[in-house]
Amino acid sequence: MRRNLIFGALLSVIFLLAALLSFIWTPFDIESLDIANKLKPPSGAHWLGTDHFGRDILSMIMMGARTSIAVAVVAVGIGIILGVPLGLWAAAGKGSWLDELIMRGNDLIFAFPSLVIAILITAVFGASAVNAIIAIGIFNIPVFARLSRGAALSLWERDFILAARVAGKSAFRISWEHILPNITSLMIVQGTIQFSLGILAEAALSYIGLGAQPPTASWGRMLADAQTLVSIAPHTALVPGFAIVLMVLGLNLMGDGLRDWLDPRLRVTRV
Amino acid sequence: MSLLEIKNLNLSIYRTPILRDVSLSVDPGQIVAITGESGSGKSLTALSVMGLTPQGTQMTGKVLLDGKDILQTSEPELCKMRGQDVGMVFQEPMTALNPVQTIGAQVAETIRMHQKTGKRAALAQAEEMFRKVGLEIPSSRYPHELSGGQRQRVVIAMAVALRPKLLIADEPTTALDVTTQARILTLLKTLVQEFQMGLLMITHDLAVVSDIADQIVVMQEGQVVEQGQTQHLLQHMSHPYTKALFAASGHQVDLPQTPVQKPLLRVSGVCRDYPIGRTSVFGARKSFRALHEVSFDLGRGERVGLVGESGCGKSTLTRAILGLEDVQEGSIALDGQPVFAGKRPNLDVRRQMQVVFQDPYSSFNPRHRVGRLITEPFHLLQAPPEGIARQQVIEQALTDVGLHPTDAGKFIHEFSGGQRQRIAIARALIIKPELVVFDEAVSALDVSVRAQVLDLLAELCRKRPFTYLFISHDLSVVRSVTDRVLVMKEGRIVEQGPTESVFTNPQHSYTQALISAAPRLPELA
Amino acid sequence: MIQYALRRFVSLVVSLIVASIVIFAVVEVIPGDPAAFMLGVNAQEDTLNALREQMGLNDPLPVRYFNWVTGMLSGDFGNSWTYKAPVAEMIADRIWVSLPLAIYALILSTLIAFPAGIYAASRRGKPGDIAVMGATQLGVAIPNFWFAMILVLIFAINLRWFSAGGFPGWENPFDALKSLTLPAIALALPQAAILARVMRSSLLDMLGEDFIRTARAKGLTRRQALWRHAVRNALIPVLTIIGLQFSFLLAGGIIIEQVFFLPGLGRLIFQSISARDLIVVESVVMLLVFVVILVNFAVDLAYAVVDPRLRSRV
Repeated sequence: MRRNLIFGALLSVIFLLAALLSFIWTPFDIESLDIANKLKPPSGAHWLGTDHFGRDILSMIMMGARTSIAVAVVAVGIGIILGVPLGLWAAAGKGSWLDELIMRGNDLIFAFPSLVIAILITAVFGASAVNAIIAIGIFNIPVFARLSRGAALSLWERDFILAARVAGKSAFRISWEHILPNITSLMIVQGTIQFSLGILAEAALSYIGLGAQPPTASWGRMLADAQTLVSIAPHTALVPGFAIVLMVLGLNLMGDGLRDWLDPRLRVTRV
Repeated sequence: MSLLEIKNLNLSIYRTPILRDVSLSVDPGQIVAITGESGSGKSLTALSVMGLTPQGTQMTGKVLLDGKDILQTSEPELCKMRGQDVGMVFQEPMTALNPVQTIGAQVAETIRMHQKTGKRAALAQAEEMFRKVGLEIPSSRYPHELSGGQRQRVVIAMAVALRPKLLIADEPTTALDVTTQARILTLLKTLVQEFQMGLLMITHDLAVVSDIADQIVVMQEGQVVEQGQTQHLLQHMSHPYTKALFAASGHQVDLPQTPVQKPLLRVSGVCRDYPIGRTSVFGARKSFRALHEVSFDLGRGERVGLVGESGCGKSTLTRAILGLEDVQEGSIALDGQPVFAGKRPNLDVRRQMQVVFQDPYSSFNPRHRVGRLITEPFHLLQAPPEGIARQQVIEQALTDVGLHPTDAGKFIHEFSGGQRQRIAIARALIIKPELVVFDEAVSALDVSVRAQVLDLLAELCRKRPFTYLFISHDLSVVRSVTDRVLVMKEGRIVEQGPTESVFTNPQHSYTQALISAAPRLPELA
Repeated sequence: MIQYALRRFVSLVVSLIVASIVIFAVVEVIPGDPAAFMLGVNAQEDTLNALREQMGLNDPLPVRYFNWVTGMLSGDFGNSWTYKAPVAEMIADRIWVSLPLAIYALILSTLIAFPAGIYAASRRGKPGDIAVMGATQLGVAIPNFWFAMILVLIFAINLRWFSAGGFPGWENPFDALKSLTLPAIALALPQAAILARVMRSSLLDMLGEDFIRTARAKGLTRRQALWRHAVRNALIPVLTIIGLQFSFLLAGGIIIEQVFFLPGLGRLIFQSISARDLIVVESVVMLLVFVVILVNFAVDLAYAVVDPRLRSRV
């Protein structure tokens, strides 16, 4: 399904470009309010309409994309940078107390849904986008740790790893030289999926006020603001919602496409 | 009229032709064996009789079972025939059974699919069938509680529960140990006699074929190249491929004589324990002893075989010798130096040892090029060759194993199984080790390729004598490439001695059983 | 089997202990003086002291932890500072909204996902499969709270089939269930999309197994082989996802309660956060984590029921 990959990548790139563009230009300034033009439906001047303060929704979506992407990228980064080495480490010492400790630690984190972590952090430190990053990031660690451990374990069974051990290479060197390159594509695919989950989680956290705080624009906050207006100005709720759906859909399609595209090559070597 | 008659069967999958003009027939009470190397189309021929060919298959010709053409039969009709008129036994008994159903229920299912029988009556019938196939365990067991041989008996019970007219067996004993294989073959023969079934058997093992079949069909690249009554075919082989196949199976390697010098490897009193799960939450951890006081010497220049069935401790011993795992008792020393120094493997000793594994497909990192793959052991050298010297060593190593120097730039997926084993040998020999361990190194190869790799081994020995330990379950291979042989059973070495004398005059009862169970190729003119 | 269950139980207890230590540490140790944190900078000295006294902050940490845990075990979650009411009672009132909502959603999600997944797997590559997979692809991408807003817009505001929010209490179970229906659908559909995908891929894996071919050789039709042999084996990975989903549903419920103005744990927790009532936050979080760990334990037991290989393992 090459089409999925291309369509998904296209959607994702559009949002990425919109987010990057927002650093230098947005159609309107979202900091200046224009109460006279509040809740206007989409028009020539405001392509996606205006919100309850008369701000341009397209501009807000662009700024919001920035927040969403930044939060999700950093959160996935935390998951990969901490999770993958932990998983490889656990796999290298399979059955040892270290493996046991890492895996039990992972189980424990799974008992704290990211929302619960966010609640705990917010209760003690107050709400901010950084909280959202930490909460989502912590939850990503066991995802990558488990996945990389599982993949690494099956590789450790393979003869080429035994051959490397016979060649006197250390577990660290083997993990770095033989295991990591062979699980990279799996991590890329999972990374895309976690990225899309991160976008959803960030929106949810901002929606309930545990994420990005005003004046930072965020899709979740836009939806929270729109909630009471949904019957008078449906576009205020529909536009940010569709932005989330399209971005997540794009990432998921790209992830699936990447899996189909990368996997056959891996399978060739397995035959 | 024959029970099964395949006439001019052509088969293609997504327009790739696989079978061409295959014709053969099976009579009631007759055993017909299809043999050939991998890719010859023998399994697909069997599946076409079941009507279980993969998606995208197109067939022409006739497959007549009792006069009824399978190719013209509708799927619902085929479902009624499978299990009732034709039964099938598969190669891999470990995965052929549903892990979450009792064995009794799985056999009873065959019966209940085709007869209006109550659950209990069907189960009673299934238990009756278990006795017939020599299985004396409760029908309430789950597959994971059974050994490979027992599972294969369950699969057979399932296939013959309704006494079908035709039984198809696709490599039914390939995954089993020799002694188990012998018993399963005897069982199949008895069942054929008793039920007057026809048996269509697929196997790559020519010794098994000659032993069991009334009729032999030899296939090559989707075509039947020769077929005939067993005795007749064995004596008057006409097709060159048949001749080559049999010659390769009984291939004798011309091993150079080397004087045996002082001991190189000394294994003495080695015990290896594995922890197994606790049996109760608060109980002590138990352990399983995989090696019991194993002792033997390997002289420099000596070529020693290690034979035994699965689970006998062969792999554990290999790992211990290679210094991959430490042992609980005893010592392993190469040239007087221990392979395990304290808690760490001894690199000085490792430099002297290399290994060739069984599976040519998993022995190499798919992401590296051959040049990098075969130089991995350089890691053990203090001053590995650099630059042009390195290139020369790589080229020499590849040429030595019959490959081209330019192959260094290729990836491993560009090579066939036999070529990969050559590369594995190149990797093992590149640092000129004293001792090489061959761990089932030719077991995954087709006979003709196997013969070539064994010849290569002999040739390398002539160029530069080295010591090797050749581990295999295949007695005939071990016999042809070793000077001395060790026989292992349940973690103990039960017999050792010069290869020829152990094979011609085995002392231990287990060795005797092993040798008599191994199917033998008939003496060919 | 008993050995297996016992071992899982031991691991359940250990998880609970470690989780409680983590929560205690975050809420009561990191802020330094929780009382000062709760009351803010302008607090009176005597109010501070009163709160410190109530929270037992004058005791050493291990004693405080011990008192907190033993209190919870005996059903005493302390008193809310802002509401001046026992936390246990407040939770008891609200859990009868949140828990039924999560269970309702889980049932809906399973009821939708199983048939969809099995249907898609049995028609692999055909239009039916492609349609189901397309729908799930969309379902996975929809944020449940936004979906909830859309449901309100359509079914409550435009069609007036349901009320837009609020909860009438359990006196009339039918009305109570009706008011939970839109929230449950909003929670369940995105999860059902995930579950259906897992069910499908797990089934497809199983359909490639050797024992399916064995079953076909016995004379089972494709459909019979799927139902009798593949489905039960495919359940093993699916159970894992169901277990994980319950915690997502419980947590997701907190958000959905905001959309529908449901008086559940979510409302309680947000009110407590804005009032900085750490006593309530701590207890509710512990309760949520407890339920999640308990559900995972139940899933572990369910594995053993489905898979005989686990029963003989310790």
